Amino acid sequence: MQAIDHVAGKAIPFGRKNVDTDVIIPAHWLKTITREGLGQGAFEALKAEPGNVFTDPRWAGAPILIAGDNFGCGSSREHAAWALLDMGITCVIAPSFSDIFSGNAFKNGILTVALPQDAIDRLMEVAQHHPIDVDLDTQTVTTPFQDRFTFELDAFRKHCLLNGLDEVGLTMAQGDAIAAHEARSREALPFLARTPASVA
Amino acid sequence: MTQHPRTLYQKIWDAHVVDRRDDGTCLIYIDRHLVHEVTSPQAFEALRAAGRPVRRPDLTLAVPDHNLPTTARRDAAGNRVPIADRESAQQLAALEVNAPEFGIRYIGDADVEQGIVHVVGPEQGFSLPGATIVCGDSHTACHGGVGALAFGIGTSEVEHVLATQTLLLKQSKTLEIRVEGTLGAGVTPKDVILHIIGVIGTAGGTGYVIEYRGNVFAEMSVEGRLTVCNMSIEGGARAGLVAPDETTFAYLKGRPYAPVSADWDKAVAWWKSLASDEGAVFDKSVFIRAEDIQPTVTWGTSPEDTAAIGGVVPAPEDFADASKRDAVKVSLDYMGLTPGTRLTDVEVQNVFIGSCTNSRIEDIRAAAAVLKGRHKADNVKWAIIVPGSGLVKQQAEAEGLDKIITDAGIEWREPGCSACLAMNPDKVPPGERCASTSNRNFTGRQGPGARTHLMSPAMAAAAAVTGHLTDVRDLPVLAEAAN
Ligand code: SF4
Repeated sequence: MQAIDHVAGKAIPFGRKNVDTDVIIPAHWLKTITREGLGQGAFEALKAEPGNVFTDPRWAGAPILIAGDNFGCGSSREHAAWALLDMGITCVIAPSFSDIFSGNAFKNGILTVALPQDAIDRLMEVAQHHPIDVDLDTQTVTTPFQDRFTFELDAFRKHCLLNGLDEVGLTMAQGDAIAAHEARSREALPFLARTPASVA
Repeated sequence: MTQHPRTLYQKIWDAHVVDRRDDGTCLIYIDRHLVHEVTSPQAFEALRAAGRPVRRPDLTLAVPDHNLPTTARRDAAGNRVPIADRESAQQLAALEVNAPEFGIRYIGDADVEQGIVHVVGPEQGFSLPGATIVCGDSHTACHGGVGALAFGIGTSEVEHVLATQTLLLKQSKTLEIRVEGTLGAGVTPKDVILHIIGVIGTAGGTGYVIEYRGNVFAEMSVEGRLTVCNMSIEGGARAGLVAPDETTFAYLKGRPYAPVSADWDKAVAWWKSLASDEGAVFDKSVFIRAEDIQPTVTWGTSPEDTAAIGGVVPAPEDFADASKRDAVKVSLDYMGLTPGTRLTDVEVQNVFIGSCTNSRIEDIRAAAAVLKGRHKADNVKWAIIVPGSGLVKQQAEAEGLDKIITDAGIEWREPGCSACLAMNPDKVPPGERCASTSNRNFTGRQGPGARTHLMSPAMAAAAAVTGHLTDVRDLPVLAEAAN
């Protein structure tokens, strides 16, 4: 996973609420067995609409996406995060995110920043013509003007994002604790600890 | 040690904590992992690249479902019928290779146990009360119907569970949804959950785990509870649960993966202790009167866009929230509906009865009860019933339901996700309407431009018969069916 401490540049002023994962990446794109190339399918239906922000050259290659409430609702498909990443987006700013989406985004090194609606409104305005700056260390979003918005970020997630740490590796290092739980469970809850496929 | 009164969710959570971090994140042990072909290839790929094995292949079960065509999978000579879509074939082939390579049991495309993951899990007794269950699919909440803490995960998490049998999680808040009273005739578990989502909205459960409580759920079959919990995610909640009880135990006993002998007794004793304690506090509570629930359908492109079948298509102005008004405008346009139209005047060209929400034996029976002695309307071009598993199919055929279905001019298919999502050949044509028992009416979900109306199996069968959305209570069970 790529370490990130800073995301700065153009921000796509999308702003729509309740954007579900079918909108981010339609189901017919889910048939891949690799993670690459999904950017092409991202927001496919919206890209067909005249005047949309996704095919507008003003925001080509933007690393930031600004969206409305409840971004990423719907299915748990991680392809939504891969599609954004493949588009070059490493930070999404919105008033709120679906739990599953923000988890998937984090695991792929995409920063999700939750800010109140009035901050979003202001950033939407700025993003029309100016870049936006998101700093992980200080947990602030700033603009070339006087705007400065701070956001909450889980300490563990911050640590992993800043250092590009892979969660699987981190957890595997706790193998002893997992084995101890399995041993307790075999005693207390044997019916959960094994299946007919388990070797005695 | 005296304990604070705890909720069902809290008890399951507590029994699975491997490690607790200072910030409250917990490493949670996962008891059962269901794997299908869509969200697993990249996870197995990553394991292979890192040289990591699957920690507990015995707690993992792999079944193909999303991409499989629902037509015959073997020809008369017993040879595999090739899958035309190259990418579907590739995903299916990847699972067929990955599962055995990592020591995981793979249920093949033509095995009688094959079906939709969320139908197979409970049916095999793989999903158990009090267990933590995950699957790379957002409708995993379904297994909450047997009292399991079950939720959908993404591919990175699939990889994490395969490698470590754990997940890093923050505890959710708890939402009690209590439905009490007597459900009216024709009101099914699907109507209950559609009504609930209409009340709480698609974001109403965000950040919560739902516990469905009250006599309505206590009196519901396990199949019905699975239907309800299945759509918890449509209300924004990651998981939904119904406390396990005698109905659950009777459902599970004797199933292939269910515990036996001394383990069974031990299990039942523990399962009984899981119910939320008297005085346990929920972060939020919603109360619904069973009498307020009517047979329900959706009219828009969000599962919260529900209405009682006796109602009309709403107008954007009916909504207080400005952004909802805009969304309603867009969705009515997509759905091709005019405000004020009576729902029962909306014609359908397609009917789909199936999906992990409604493809269990009770659902097939409910559809067949309406279809018996009737025939689909001429304007209905395509109507299919897709059982949730090979075992459901077998059971339905043993009861002669397939005959009733095909006599009604409706196709009887092989198990799989089918027209729930446009990933296999079963799709709804652009601009056409579908009465569907699935769980999502999103734009393009059943195919580009497809217009989905969600409803119960009985209501979908009624729509097939009349050719328009129909109140199933207007179609009494025909006398000959009663015999
Ligand atoms: S039936 Fe539909 S919702 Fe259920 S697992 Fe398959 S695609 Fe997902």
